Amino acid sequence: MPSGADLIRNAKDQIREVDPREVHDGAQNGNGAVIVDVREQQEFEESHIPGALHVPRGHLESRIEGAAKDRSQRVVLYCASGNRSALAAKTLQDELGYENVESMTGGITLWKDRGFDVEVPRRLSDEQRERYSRHLLVPEIGIEGQLKLLDAKVLLLGAGGLGSPTALYLAAAGVGTLGIVDDDEVDLSNLQRQIIHSNDRVGVAKVDSAEQAINGLNPDVEVLKYQTRLDSSNIMEIIEGYEVIVDGVDNFPTRYLLNDASVRLKIPVVSASILGFDGQLSVFAPYEGPCYRCLYPTPPPAELAPSCGANGVLGALPGVMGVLQAIEVVKLVTGAGEPLIGRLLLYEALSTQFTDLKLRRDPDCPICSRDPGEISDEEMGKFPDYEAFCAAAG
Amino acid sequence: MSIVKIPPVLRPSVGGEREVSAEGGNVGEVLRALASEHPATESQLFGDDGSLNRYVNVYLNDEDVRVLDGLDTSVDPSDTLVILPAMAGGR
Repeated sequence: MPSGADLIRNAKDQIREVDPREVHDGAQNGNGAVIVDVREQQEFEESHIPGALHVPRGHLESRIEGAAKDRSQRVVLYCASGNRSALAAKTLQDELGYENVESMTGGITLWKDRGFDVEVPRRLSDEQRERYSRHLLVPEIGIEGQLKLLDAKVLLLGAGGLGSPTALYLAAAGVGTLGIVDDDEVDLSNLQRQIIHSNDRVGVAKVDSAEQAINGLNPDVEVLKYQTRLDSSNIMEIIEGYEVIVDGVDNFPTRYLLNDASVRLKIPVVSASILGFDGQLSVFAPYEGPCYRCLYPTPPPAELAPSCGANGVLGALPGVMGVLQAIEVVKLVTGAGEPLIGRLLLYEALSTQFTDLKLRRDPDCPICSRDPGEISDEEMGKFPDYEAFCAAAG
Repeated sequence: MSIVKIPPVLRPSVGGEREVSAEGGNVGEVLRALASEHPATESQLFGDDGSLNRYVNVYLNDEDVRVLDGLDTSVDPSDTLVILPAMAGGR
């Protein structure tokens, strides 16, 4: 009986071998050869030749047609050092009738020694696979969506009623970077609804308290803290570089400022507001759907614009609206489904009714009917009677 | 009679109701009927010139009446009007 080494030598005598340089140059020139990696899954995942298809040798006979259906197609097989691919090439040639099959000498080891590039696919760690397993099972998210979430940068304006559940769910979902803007400290009266904070953190800055909760939930998430109030002097600097902004801003001047800055930078804003038992939600995606000014070119007079500080709200209401915001963020980041762009969702908790209204872009919108470059620093956040409004609002 | 959904900020002006019924063949008539029944809503809905205040949006079912025929948009008794002033509040 021949030894294993004899068998390999014998196979190499009966097939054609090709040098990595020729495979490399051929691929550069687009010679149409299908390059097939016949190693095991784990070896392929570590690194492989760019553009190579993966058919492990153990599944060669059953899966090769998925990579190369045509028997006359030129097929180049490779493995780690050129032995397994030689045996595989002999099988394809002798038993499956492939007419133009070659084995790459020296395998990917020689390929690398020659200085050619390899592709190192991104993958999840074993812990991440387990942590996000329920996302990976959903086809709309899967590993690609999860990697997008891990790469995502999302900015939360406020770690309050809406920001609490949003931050917790986005952290749990593995959003890689969560920025939080809040200048406030945790107060006992917050804890009825602001569930990211806790009794033992009363008096602590909300950004620090939120960071603790997020770190405790998911170490994959990096928290960037901005212990400040958004204003015209800092908004562009803070929001630039984020791909989605989650807005729970409690006053009109800041809401207009945020709108104008996000239109300038073309960053979508997932916006919600709450009062009593009622909530509203929409996604303002600049130039794709209406902006906040298309909807409301001017704010109501101060007596009709109560801020939530003095008004009551059911504790679970920001829970509902904040979690809806988190879902819209996940949809925007992963591309799943249809985000709530050009629509406004009303939630009336007392009657348990959801109402979906259509929102239109205003062709004469003072902001989003123009190019981002035309919007100046000076006009951002301003509206007719701005001075009077702010004086009346105190 | 059409149903008019009242937003939280206007509810004190209609005795706390979340929705009220009002008569009228078009949006303007329904809103005028509402304002005459509940006078406190008048200045919140309408400007001095009788047009709808710009910070108030009104939807006929799910469509903004401004993209329809505004206050002249005809209303069927089975329709629902939604009044929606700008709202802020996230704390």
